[in-house]
Amino acid sequence: MSAYRFRKGLWLVISYILLILIAIFTIYPALWIVFSSFREGTSLFSETLIPEKWTLVHYKELFEQFEFGKWYVNSLKISLITMVLSVLFQLLSGYAFSRFRFKSRKSIMSGLFVIGLFPSFLSLTAVYVLLLNMKLLNTHTALIMVSSAGAAVGYLLVKGYFDTIPKSLEEAAIIDGASNWGVFFRILLPLSRPLIVYMAVTTFAGTFSEFIFAQTVLRTEAKQTLAVGLYNMVSAQFSTQFTIFAAGSVLVSIPVVLIFIIFQRLLVEGLTSGADKG
Amino acid sequence: MRQYRRTAAVLSAVFMGLGQLYNRQYAKGIAFIVFYATALFYAFTKLEHAIWGIVTLGETKQHFEVVGKITKKVPGDHSIFLMIQGLITIFVVILAVYLFIMNIRDAYQGGKLREEGKPLNGIGATLKFIADKKFPHLIITIPLVFVFFFSVLPILFSVLIAFTNYNNTHEPPGQLVDWQGFRAFKDLLGLSQWAHTFLGVFSWTMLWAVLSTFTTFFGGFAVALLVQQRNIRFKSFFRAIYMIPFAIPAFLSLLIMRNLFNAEFGPINSMLLKFGIEGPQWLSDPVWAKVTIVIVNLWLGFPISMLLIIGILTTIPRDLYEAAEVDGASAFYKFRKITFPSVMFSLAPIVIGQFAGNINNFNVIYLMSGGGPVNSEYQFAGHTDILITWLYSLSITNGRYNFAAVVSIFLFLIIAGFAILSFRRTRSFREDDMLR
Repeated sequence: MSAYRFRKGLWLVISYILLILIAIFTIYPALWIVFSSFREGTSLFSETLIPEKWTLVHYKELFEQFEFGKWYVNSLKISLITMVLSVLFQLLSGYAFSRFRFKSRKSIMSGLFVIGLFPSFLSLTAVYVLLLNMKLLNTHTALIMVSSAGAAVGYLLVKGYFDTIPKSLEEAAIIDGASNWGVFFRILLPLSRPLIVYMAVTTFAGTFSEFIFAQTVLRTEAKQTLAVGLYNMVSAQFSTQFTIFAAGSVLVSIPVVLIFIIFQRLLVEGLTSGADKG
Repeated sequence: MRQYRRTAAVLSAVFMGLGQLYNRQYAKGIAFIVFYATALFYAFTKLEHAIWGIVTLGETKQHFEVVGKITKKVPGDHSIFLMIQGLITIFVVILAVYLFIMNIRDAYQGGKLREEGKPLNGIGATLKFIADKKFPHLIITIPLVFVFFFSVLPILFSVLIAFTNYNNTHEPPGQLVDWQGFRAFKDLLGLSQWAHTFLGVFSWTMLWAVLSTFTTFFGGFAVALLVQQRNIRFKSFFRAIYMIPFAIPAFLSLLIMRNLFNAEFGPINSMLLKFGIEGPQWLSDPVWAKVTIVIVNLWLGFPISMLLIIGILTTIPRDLYEAAEVDGASAFYKFRKITFPSVMFSLAPIVIGQFAGNINNFNVIYLMSGGGPVNSEYQFAGHTDILITWLYSLSITNGRYNFAAVVSIFLFLIIAGFAILSFRRTRSFREDDMLR
């Protein structure tokens, strides 16, 4: 018995060591970038992880040398509007496919699914010409349109979720005189909170990180988004603005990480419900 | 009895809306007439030019003319614009023809109702009918229109490009683009250097998709099992830390990683140097670059798998394990027979989806290595380029649009194969009315 207990205890110790090692592996890049943002000088190289001299100057430079504040506002604006539009499109198409039976429903569903498989920026050239014809190049409207346009393609998750909500609830409401919109807003939406949070957060984070379309569509520095601006800071062969980039990364990450922490429970629920019911 | 239906249908076929007027549906009739007049005007002014544009892709090059003493640049036809505008026009016309046919049907049915002596819907009732019975059509129209303009149309466009000679030597507005059938397909697979690049990039793409899916899934699985052990404390603390890569915006993580793995100044190599080890050229050695990218992707991707698997672990009934313990099953046996099958049962479609996603994982490759290090045997591709990043450098950077379009068609076929496989398995498509 004692040998068994010893083995169990040993495994527990090994487990903790592994867990801590994995924790270091996950957190090290984040720590490194936070410390770098407080380090003096501009170079990538440093002797130690923790800076010898602390400074806040890079946070100041961020706003003085670059239009960081403007990029931030641009990114937030684009991501928020895209988030609302995409979530709405997805919910509406999911509702239509889950609750109604109409002609060519299946073919639209398969069609949308197949379209969703086509790598989106293959169509970059065509979208560019389209935007040029619509005189929308270098506008945020263009980027919002491009990023939320394909949203309906992601109907499957919503449909799967709505399918599991019992129909009896709505039937009762319809007898009480609720309209289609009433059913949608008063019954389905309140019951799909985790799903909506999940979709909203992932769309927001996705648009926030979107890089290729933003770089192609937005031409002037004042219109740029954070992703493009920060990329340009370190993409050059010998980037000499590394610590400023680090400061920028910290400022960008804080709100996003906070959102993830606040919605942690709902997010995990939405993620797994998608897996279960997808 | 009068034959209302035939007269109404014929009238509507002669001019859209007349049949509705004949059926005394005045508002509807007038709306149809206005629509038809606009459509006819549009078709007469645009359709011929559109068809000419899409068939010939333009006939006059941009050229210079001497006017008096100065040479002036005379703009020629822009093949690509002609193609896209032609596509749009043709689609609008098809849509109008469809509506025209529906209008005849509507008039016919209106006439039939009159013959049977039933009242016809007024305009108010018609609108109410649409809002009520056509509700699903109503709510998916706007999303579908967006999908059409920003996905379907561009996709059709890029498929068409594969059959042209649109590349850096035929680039509008200076030059015209022409149709050339399957030449680009033959060239890409027939010219030895291009075929070599295509095969090389293709096999790394598949290897990459397998490796990245495998490492993130089983990495996440292992971490989930470790954290969820019964006697581990601070579970939620560890879980919160492991969520960090999931929470930081991916483009930032990748840019940070790229610097972290900088061979000369990056902290990893300077740390290794302190222990007297000369660190590898993480991103400029062909083999190490691949290894680095897979490691970084593991860092990025394992939290999602972990969260998903933890969610499923909690749903496996405890008594299954207890029954196995009574029978004296080892820990590994329990894992193999209970845990693993339960997880795979729920997650198989997601894993296939992730695999398809990794084939297209543009961001990781582009932001980490940009496809580099350069491979001198390849055409416009580096050692770590996967099909999708190769495609990007082919089209956007080097202007070989037709080759890029061919590659994209291949890519689409590969992904479609895998995704349809997973789609078929998802309950939400198969089921339909069985649930509830």
